[in-house]
Amino acid sequence: MDHLDALENESIFIIREAYRKFHKIGMLWSVGKDSTTLLWLVRKAFFGRVPFPVIYIDTGLHFKEMYEFRDWCVKKWNLNLIISKNYEEAEKLGIGPKDKLKCCTIRKTEALKKTIEEHKFDALLLGIRRDEHGVRAKERVFSPRNKDFYWDYKNQPPELWDQFKTQKESEQHIRVHPLLHWTELDIWKYIKREKLPVNPLYFAKNGKRYRSLGCMPCTKPIDSNAKTVDEIIEEIKTSKIAERSGRAQDKEEAHAMQKLRALGYM
Amino acid sequence: MERLKIVIVGHVDHGKSTLIGRLFYDTDSLPESKIKEIKEVCEALGKEIEFGYVLDYLEEERKQGVTIDTTQSFFKTQKREYAIIDAPGHVEFLKNMITGASQAEAAILIVDAKEGIKEQTRRHAYILSMLGLKQVIVVINKMDLVDYSKERFQEVKKELLEFLKTISIEPKYIIPISAKNGDFIAKKSENLSWYDGPTVLEALDSFEKIKELDEKPFRLPVQDVYNFDKRVIVGRIASGVISKGDEIKIYPSGEVTKIKSVEKYGREIDKASAGESIGLTTEDKVFVDRGDIISKKDEKQPIVTKEINAHIFWMDKEPYKEGERLLFKCATQEVMCEMKIKRVIDSATLETLDKKIIENRNVADVVIKTEKPVVVESFNEIPPLGRFVLQRQDTCAGGIITGDGCDNNSN
Repeated sequence: MDHLDALENESIFIIREAYRKFHKIGMLWSVGKDSTTLLWLVRKAFFGRVPFPVIYIDTGLHFKEMYEFRDWCVKKWNLNLIISKNYEEAEKLGIGPKDKLKCCTIRKTEALKKTIEEHKFDALLLGIRRDEHGVRAKERVFSPRNKDFYWDYKNQPPELWDQFKTQKESEQHIRVHPLLHWTELDIWKYIKREKLPVNPLYFAKNGKRYRSLGCMPCTKPIDSNAKTVDEIIEEIKTSKIAERSGRAQDKEEAHAMQKLRALGYM
Repeated sequence: MERLKIVIVGHVDHGKSTLIGRLFYDTDSLPESKIKEIKEVCEALGKEIEFGYVLDYLEEERKQGVTIDTTQSFFKTQKREYAIIDAPGHVEFLKNMITGASQAEAAILIVDAKEGIKEQTRRHAYILSMLGLKQVIVVINKMDLVDYSKERFQEVKKELLEFLKTISIEPKYIIPISAKNGDFIAKKSENLSWYDGPTVLEALDSFEKIKELDEKPFRLPVQDVYNFDKRVIVGRIASGVISKGDEIKIYPSGEVTKIKSVEKYGREIDKASAGESIGLTTEDKVFVDRGDIISKKDEKQPIVTKEINAHIFWMDKEPYKEGERLLFKCATQEVMCEMKIKRVIDSATLETLDKKIIENRNVADVVIKTEKPVVVESFNEIPPLGRFVLQRQDTCAGGIITGDGCDNNSN
């Protein structure tokens, strides 16, 4: 079994555990490379189906290529799409990208809270990875959140030998992270191997490409000439620039990501 | 490229985080922005550059200089890639240490050259031994603080070897290092010219990935049964190999049938082996559900029992007293159980305690009595079916099945 096979088998196991153990499950899909890989693994786990809703958090500030790619995949894979949004409220209150912590919280975290409440989800699959950011490196595969989305990272349940936290306490929902053990390079190698569709924003145009996708005001492209998946793989192998370097919300102040996550950010 | 998972354990302040930071720095695995960020944080806190901050991401961790939770990160050498798990050394966070160590294929035990063996050195080593980790490197750190003294190294080494022998750990290497100065991490150093062994990276590269599960008897813990357009049994193979046409036996019902197909999405495959998540269809319609264990009829059969001899480590503040019911989870099996306490051990001193109650951080020999028969193996035979967790609301203990597993083998 090669390395990508090992990752795939582990992820499928985790996805099937979550599906079996929870009544109402959904997955967050940002249309980025990670959550699209997750979607592909879900299809593999269920022999070509996605047997639960796929949630897209619309901040109202995304690139048009993201909406286009989303609608194309929804049709191609016959997805049950839920659009989660709270940007009208953000606009009413005049909260925008100038205050990043507040903006992310109201447009993403609050939107998701409403969606969970409305659909009574007890578990959500997310495509986060340990190598993306130091705070994410501390996540468990099955990670409980209370109703305010608080992440009690100091007192996380033990997780050993593929035995996960599957007994949910009331008011909690469980975040399930089937890609936690993947790296950015693994994702791109897998995309190549499986010939997965990729959002065009990832490929270089005029010497720039997006390495991580988010809202337009807070996501900057990196200098790059990588126009194909192969060229991206080569670039990442030699790069010393952090993957989320183009994501402004991580850098506002020291420990911004930790604060965002304690408030329920993904 | 192959990836090996390594855990770094040892007493608090003996230098785990610094060693990891150094491994990343010396293998050129740190993003530029990360180095810059560390410099800034250190300046803001008014400290010298500390490699330990590479991994201590939480605000509290940096303020207190203590790792709270397990962190996993990646670096690579010429030979392979490593996922390195930094396990907290503080006694408060033992369950996080166990979470980290349970995922590792090899371990580095770090000991401060000046302080020698301390409480968490013993406890962590003991947990490595219980988890069955055989590939262990010992590093004696902070050699710079003892003037790179060969005599001090020999002294600590002797003391360690005597202790490790009592818990059946035979380290593959014992290496003197200074994580702070980078001696014998990625490169050899004049400071330790009297030492002629490998560097930490060379020692890691000499380890092998464990592959033996393919050669064991076939076991498939059933995860689920899907009825999308046909009936498919799904699960991840714990051990052995399965092929189309094989005769199988389903436990606990004992039903026997033949494999019609082994499937992955979009394709039928001829055979599948340990670690693969697969789907199976059978020739006959059999009754099967999550928690059943499938074996191959012509191979050694599993143990079916309601009584298990086990060695457990307790990691909950609320102690265990005989009579309490707990949830026993082994592979995909879940059943309520009670425990009879045979012996309780202090995991720091390894002394037997004269009491009938298992408290936080105790280790114990117990007999687990399950309310329904379970299908298990000795941990030494087939680890995925020889280890289990016990749960209240959350996991409160982990354990391994010792000896031949049980007193009354009803198989």
